[in-house]
Amino acid sequence: MSDTDLQSRVEAMLADIPYAQTLGVRPSFMGEEFTLVLPFAQSNIGNATLPALHGGGIGGLMETCAIVQLLLANPGRALPKPIGINIDYLRRGKPVDTFARAQIFKQGSRVANVRVRAWQDRFDTPISALSGQFLLGRTSD
Amino acid sequence: MIMDEKLKLFWEIGEKMLSATPHASELGMRFVAVGPATATLSLPYADQLIGDTGTGVVHGGAVTTLLDQACGLAAFTGFETLGALATLSLRIDYQRAAKPGETIIATAECYKTTKHVAFLRAVAHDGNESDPVATAQAAFMSTGPRMSFEDAIAQRLARKNKAQQDKKTGDAA
Repeated sequence: MSDTDLQSRVEAMLADIPYAQTLGVRPSFMGEEFTLVLPFAQSNIGNATLPALHGGGIGGLMETCAIVQLLLANPGRALPKPIGINIDYLRRGKPVDTFARAQIFKQGSRVANVRVRAWQDRFDTPISALSGQFLLGRTSD
Repeated sequence: MIMDEKLKLFWEIGEKMLSATPHASELGMRFVAVGPATATLSLPYADQLIGDTGTGVVHGGAVTTLLDQACGLAAFTGFETLGALATLSLRIDYQRAAKPGETIIATAECYKTTKHVAFLRAVAHDGNESDPVATAQAAFMSTGPRMSFEDAIAQRLARKNKAQQDKKTGDAA
Protein backbone atom coordinates (compact mmCIF):
# COMPACT_ATOMS: atom_id res chain seq x y z
CA MET A 1 0.00 0.00 0.00
CA SER A 2 1.34 3.43 -0.88
CA ASP A 3 2.10 6.18 1.62
CA THR A 4 -0.76 8.34 0.41
CA ASP A 5 -3.25 5.44 0.69
CA LEU A 6 -2.13 4.83 4.27
CA GLN A 7 -2.23 8.54 5.00
CA SER A 8 -5.82 8.90 3.80
CA ARG A 9 -6.84 5.70 5.62
CA VAL A 10 -5.55 7.06 8.93
CA GLU A 11 -7.06 10.48 8.26
CA ALA A 12 -10.43 8.76 7.84
CA MET A 13 -9.92 6.93 11.17
CA LEU A 14 -9.02 10.14 12.97
CA ALA A 15 -12.13 11.83 11.57
CA ASP A 16 -14.15 9.43 13.77
CA ILE A 17 -12.20 10.58 16.85
CA PRO A 18 -13.12 14.23 17.61
CA TYR A 19 -10.75 14.20 20.62
CA ALA A 20 -7.85 13.62 18.21
CA GLN A 21 -8.79 16.86 16.46
CA THR A 22 -8.99 18.67 19.80
CA LEU A 23 -5.39 17.62 20.44
CA GLY A 24 -4.50 18.46 16.83
CA VAL A 25 -2.66 15.23 15.92
CA ARG A 26 -1.80 14.28 12.34
CA PRO A 27 -0.48 11.04 10.86
CA SER A 28 2.91 10.67 9.21
CA PHE A 29 4.35 7.71 7.31
CA MET A 30 7.85 6.57 6.42
CA GLY A 31 7.09 3.69 4.14
CA GLU A 32 4.52 1.71 6.12
CA GLU A 33 5.87 2.90 9.45
CA PHE A 34 3.31 5.02 11.22
CA THR A 35 4.10 7.97 13.47
CA LEU A 36 1.47 10.16 15.09
CA VAL A 37 2.58 13.79 15.30
CA LEU A 38 1.34 16.30 17.87
CA PRO A 39 2.33 19.70 16.47
CA PHE A 40 3.00 22.20 19.24
CA ALA A 41 -0.08 24.18 20.25
CA GLN A 42 -0.50 26.60 23.15
CA SER A 43 -3.74 24.78 24.03
CA ASN A 44 -1.75 21.64 24.96
CA ILE A 45 0.32 23.37 27.64
CA GLY A 46 -0.10 22.00 31.17
CA ASN A 47 2.41 24.19 33.00
CA ALA A 48 2.66 27.72 31.65
CA THR A 49 5.60 28.79 33.86
CA LEU A 50 8.05 26.02 32.87
CA PRO A 51 6.60 25.77 30.14
CA ALA A 52 5.65 22.10 29.66
CA LEU A 53 3.04 20.13 27.74
CA HIS A 54 0.20 18.61 29.79
CA GLY A 55 0.93 15.02 30.82
CA GLY A 56 -2.67 14.12 30.07
CA GLY A 57 -2.32 15.42 26.51
CA ILE A 58 0.84 13.37 26.02
CA GLY A 59 -1.09 10.36 27.37
CA GLY A 60 -3.91 11.12 24.94
CA LEU A 61 -1.44 11.29 22.05
CA MET A 62 0.05 7.89 22.95
CA GLU A 63 -3.35 6.30 23.51
CA THR A 64 -4.59 7.57 20.14
CA CYS A 65 -1.36 6.32 18.52
CA ALA A 66 -1.99 2.82 19.97
CA ILE A 67 -5.60 2.84 18.75
CA VAL A 68 -4.61 3.82 15.19
CA GLN A 69 -1.81 1.24 15.11
CA LEU A 70 -4.32 -1.46 16.13
CA LEU A 71 -6.79 -0.32 13.45
CA LEU A 72 -4.02 -0.46 10.82
CA ALA A 73 -3.13 -4.00 11.89
CA ASN A 74 -6.79 -5.08 11.96
CA PRO A 75 -8.59 -3.73 8.89
CA GLY A 76 -12.35 -3.96 9.12
CA ARG A 77 -12.50 -4.09 12.92
CA ALA A 78 -14.25 -1.43 15.00
CA LEU A 79 -12.34 0.96 17.29
CA PRO A 80 -10.42 -0.82 20.08
CA LYS A 81 -11.13 0.20 23.68
CA PRO A 82 -8.47 0.70 26.33
CA ILE A 83 -8.65 -1.69 29.31
CA GLY A 84 -5.65 -0.48 31.27
CA ILE A 85 -2.74 1.80 30.56
CA ASN A 86 0.48 2.51 32.38
CA ILE A 87 2.32 5.74 31.58
CA ASP A 88 5.86 6.64 32.60
CA TYR A 89 6.77 10.30 32.34
CA LEU A 90 10.49 10.49 31.62
CA ARG A 91 11.24 14.08 30.63
CA ARG A 92 9.43 17.39 30.53
CA GLY A 93 7.40 17.83 27.37
CA LYS A 94 8.90 20.96 25.85
CA PRO A 95 6.74 23.38 23.84
CA VAL A 96 7.74 21.80 20.51
CA ASP A 97 6.32 19.08 18.21
CA THR A 98 5.94 15.63 19.80
CA PHE A 99 6.00 12.27 18.02
CA ALA A 100 4.56 8.90 19.03
CA ARG A 101 5.12 5.43 17.64
CA ALA A 102 3.37 2.24 18.77
CA GLN A 103 4.40 -1.38 18.69
CA ILE A 104 1.93 -4.23 19.10
CA PHE A 105 3.77 -6.58 21.48
CA LYS A 106 1.20 -9.33 21.42
CA GLN A 107 -2.22 -9.69 19.89
CA GLY A 108 -4.76 -12.36 20.76
CA SER A 109 -8.28 -12.76 19.42
CA ARG A 110 -9.77 -10.23 21.84
CA VAL A 111 -6.96 -8.36 23.58
CA ALA A 112 -3.78 -6.70 22.33
CA ASN A 113 -0.76 -5.52 24.29
CA VAL A 114 0.69 -2.30 22.93
CA ARG A 115 3.72 -0.18 23.82
CA VAL A 116 4.03 3.42 22.74
CA ARG A 117 6.96 5.81 22.90
CA ALA A 118 6.68 9.60 22.72
CA TRP A 119 9.68 11.74 21.89
CA GLN A 120 10.63 15.22 20.74
CA ASP A 121 14.29 15.85 19.80
CA ARG A 122 15.46 12.29 19.34
CA PHE A 123 13.87 8.87 19.28
CA ASP A 124 16.59 7.81 21.78
CA THR A 125 15.50 10.35 24.38
CA PRO A 126 11.80 9.58 24.93
CA ILE A 127 9.73 11.99 27.00
CA SER A 128 7.14 9.36 27.88
CA ALA A 129 6.28 5.69 27.44
CA LEU A 130 2.94 3.91 27.57
CA SER A 131 2.16 0.24 27.91
CA GLY A 132 -1.44 -0.80 27.65
CA GLN A 133 -4.01 -3.50 27.07
CA PHE A 134 -6.75 -2.87 24.53
CA LEU A 135 -9.94 -4.74 23.80
CA LEU A 136 -10.12 -5.22 20.04
CA GLY A 137 -13.20 -3.94 18.21
CA ARG A 138 -15.86 -6.17 16.68
CA THR A 139 -15.17 -7.67 13.26
CA SER A 140 -17.38 -6.26 10.54
CA ASP A 141 -18.65 -9.68 9.31
CA MET B 1 -6.11 27.33 62.94
CA ILE B 2 -3.26 26.82 60.48
CA MET B 3 -5.43 24.12 58.85
CA ASP B 4 -8.17 26.67 58.07
CA GLU B 5 -5.63 29.03 56.51
CA LYS B 6 -4.10 26.14 54.58
CA LEU B 7 -7.51 25.13 53.23
CA LYS B 8 -8.28 28.70 52.16
CA LEU B 9 -4.94 28.79 50.36
CA PHE B 10 -5.57 25.44 48.64
CA TRP B 11 -9.04 26.53 47.58
CA GLU B 12 -7.67 29.76 46.11
CA ILE B 13 -4.91 27.89 44.26
CA GLY B 14 -7.29 25.14 43.11
CA GLU B 15 -9.78 27.60 41.63
CA LYS B 16 -7.00 29.48 39.83
CA MET B 17 -5.16 26.35 38.69
CA LEU B 18 -7.53 25.36 35.90
CA SER B 19 -7.71 28.78 34.24
CA ALA B 20 -3.88 28.91 34.47
CA THR B 21 -3.57 25.52 32.75
CA PRO B 22 -4.27 25.96 29.01
CA HIS B 23 -4.89 22.29 28.26
CA ALA B 24 -7.33 21.92 31.20
CA SER B 25 -9.27 24.99 30.01
CA GLU B 26 -9.17 23.69 26.44
CA LEU B 27 -10.98 20.49 27.51
CA GLY B 28 -13.43 22.48 29.69
CA MET B 29 -12.30 21.07 33.03
CA ARG B 30 -13.78 22.58 36.20
CA PHE B 31 -12.67 22.91 39.79
CA VAL B 32 -15.05 21.28 42.29
CA ALA B 33 -13.32 21.03 45.66
CA VAL B 34 -10.04 20.60 47.45
CA GLY B 35 -9.29 19.32 50.94
CA PRO B 36 -6.23 18.23 52.89
CA ALA B 37 -4.57 15.78 50.46
CA THR B 38 -7.71 15.38 48.30
CA ALA B 39 -9.02 17.13 45.21
CA THR B 40 -12.13 16.87 43.03
CA LEU B 41 -12.43 18.16 39.46
CA SER B 42 -15.09 17.70 36.80
CA LEU B 43 -15.18 17.42 33.03
CA PRO B 44 -18.56 18.35 31.51
CA TYR B 45 -19.51 16.34 28.43
CA ALA B 46 -18.58 18.02 25.14
CA ASP B 47 -18.44 16.91 21.49
CA GLN B 48 -14.73 17.75 21.28
CA LEU B 49 -13.97 15.05 23.91
CA ILE B 50 -15.58 12.18 22.00
CA GLY B 51 -13.37 9.20 21.14
CA ASP B 52 -15.83 7.37 18.89
CA THR B 53 -18.47 9.25 16.87
CA GLY B 54 -20.43 5.99 16.56
CA THR B 55 -21.13 5.77 20.31
CA GLY B 56 -20.47 9.32 21.56
CA VAL B 57 -18.27 7.94 24.35
CA VAL B 58 -15.56 10.27 25.73
CA HIS B 59 -11.98 9.36 24.67
CA GLY B 60 -9.71 7.69 27.22
CA GLY B 61 -7.17 10.48 26.73
CA ALA B 62 -9.62 13.06 28.10
CA VAL B 63 -10.25 10.86 31.17
CA THR B 64 -6.46 10.46 31.55
CA THR B 65 -6.02 14.24 31.50
CA LEU B 66 -8.78 14.77 34.09
CA LEU B 67 -7.28 12.12 36.42
CA ASP B 68 -3.75 13.53 35.95
CA GLN B 69 -4.94 17.03 36.81
CA ALA B 70 -6.93 15.87 39.88
CA CYS B 71 -3.93 13.85 41.11
CA GLY B 72 -1.67 16.86 40.57
CA LEU B 73 -3.85 19.09 42.74
CA ALA B 74 -4.20 16.42 45.45
CA ALA B 75 -0.42 15.88 45.45
CA PHE B 76 0.07 19.64 45.75
CA THR B 77 -2.00 19.67 48.92
CA GLY B 78 -0.45 16.45 50.24
CA PHE B 79 3.13 17.67 50.52
CA GLU B 80 4.53 19.29 53.67
CA THR B 81 5.79 22.23 51.61
CA LEU B 82 4.51 24.06 48.52
CA GLY B 83 6.13 23.90 45.09
CA ALA B 84 5.99 22.71 41.49
CA LEU B 85 5.21 19.08 40.64
CA ALA B 86 5.64 16.66 37.78
CA THR B 87 3.86 13.38 37.05
CA LEU B 88 6.20 10.38 37.35
CA SER B 89 3.78 7.62 36.55
CA LEU B 90 0.09 7.17 35.93
CA ARG B 91 -1.75 3.86 35.86
CA ILE B 92 -5.35 3.90 34.67
CA ASP B 93 -7.90 1.09 34.60
CA TYR B 94 -10.88 1.79 32.39
CA GLN B 95 -13.76 -0.04 34.01
CA ARG B 96 -16.51 0.96 31.60
CA ALA B 97 -17.39 3.53 28.96
CA ALA B 98 -18.48 6.91 30.35
CA LYS B 99 -22.17 7.60 29.65
CA PRO B 100 -22.52 10.00 26.71
CA GLY B 101 -23.90 13.34 27.89
CA GLU B 102 -22.81 12.93 31.52
CA THR B 103 -20.22 15.03 33.36
CA ILE B 104 -17.23 13.02 34.55
CA ILE B 105 -16.10 13.69 38.11
CA ALA B 106 -12.64 12.75 39.36
CA THR B 107 -11.58 12.58 43.01
CA ALA B 108 -7.94 12.02 43.90
CA GLU B 109 -6.47 11.16 47.28
CA CYS B 110 -2.83 11.60 48.21
CA TYR B 111 -2.30 8.77 50.70
CA LYS B 112 1.44 9.07 51.22
CA THR B 113 4.20 11.60 50.66
CA THR B 114 7.93 11.33 51.19
CA LYS B 115 10.23 14.34 50.93
CA HIS B 116 10.04 14.39 47.12
CA VAL B 117 7.44 11.83 46.03
CA ALA B 118 3.64 11.72 46.45
CA PHE B 119 1.55 8.56 45.97
CA LEU B 120 -2.06 8.88 44.87
CA ARG B 121 -5.25 7.01 44.13
CA ALA B 122 -8.06 8.48 42.05
CA VAL B 123 -11.54 7.55 40.88
CA ALA B 124 -13.45 8.93 37.89
CA HIS B 125 -17.23 8.42 37.75
CA ASP B 126 -20.28 9.93 36.08
CA GLY B 127 -22.58 10.38 39.05
CA ASN B 128 -22.21 7.26 41.19
CA GLU B 129 -18.84 6.93 42.87
CA SER B 130 -19.35 3.22 43.52
CA ASP B 131 -19.74 2.58 39.78
CA PRO B 132 -16.51 4.14 38.45
CA VAL B 133 -15.65 4.85 34.84
CA ALA B 134 -11.94 4.54 35.66
CA THR B 135 -9.59 4.24 38.60
CA ALA B 136 -6.01 5.49 38.72
CA GLN B 137 -2.84 5.10 40.68
CA ALA B 138 -0.17 7.78 40.33
CA ALA B 139 3.17 9.02 41.61
CA PHE B 140 4.21 12.67 41.48
CA MET B 141 7.56 14.25 42.17
CA SER B 142 8.34 17.68 43.51
CA THR B 143 10.51 19.77 41.20
CA GLY B 144 12.29 23.04 41.85
CA PRO B 145 12.33 25.22 44.97
CA ARG B 146 9.77 24.74 47.71
CA MET B 147 8.10 27.08 50.20
CA SER B 148 6.74 26.40 53.69
CA PHE B 149 3.00 26.78 54.27
CA GLU B 150 3.67 29.44 56.91
CA ASP B 151 5.49 31.56 54.32
CA ALA B 152 2.80 30.96 51.68
CA ILE B 153 0.05 31.95 54.10
CA ALA B 154 1.98 35.06 55.20
CA GLN B 155 2.43 36.01 51.53
CA ARG B 156 -1.26 35.53 50.88
CA LEU B 157 -2.14 37.74 53.88
CA ALA B 158 0.30 40.44 52.74
CA ARG B 159 -1.27 40.40 49.26
CA LYS B 160 -4.74 40.71 50.75
CA ASN B 161 -3.74 43.60 53.05
CA LYS B 162 -2.06 45.39 50.17
CA ALA B 163 -5.17 45.00 48.02
CA GLN B 164 -7.30 46.43 50.85
CA GLN B 165 -4.87 49.27 51.36
CA ASP B 166 -4.85 50.06 47.63
CA LYS B 167 -8.62 50.02 47.64
CA LYS B 168 -8.72 52.42 50.63
CA THR B 169 -6.29 54.88 49.05
CA GLY B 170 -8.25 54.53 45.82
CA ASP B 171 -11.51 55.35 47.64
CA ALA B 172 -9.93 58.35 49.41
CA ALA B 173 -8.62 59.76 46.12
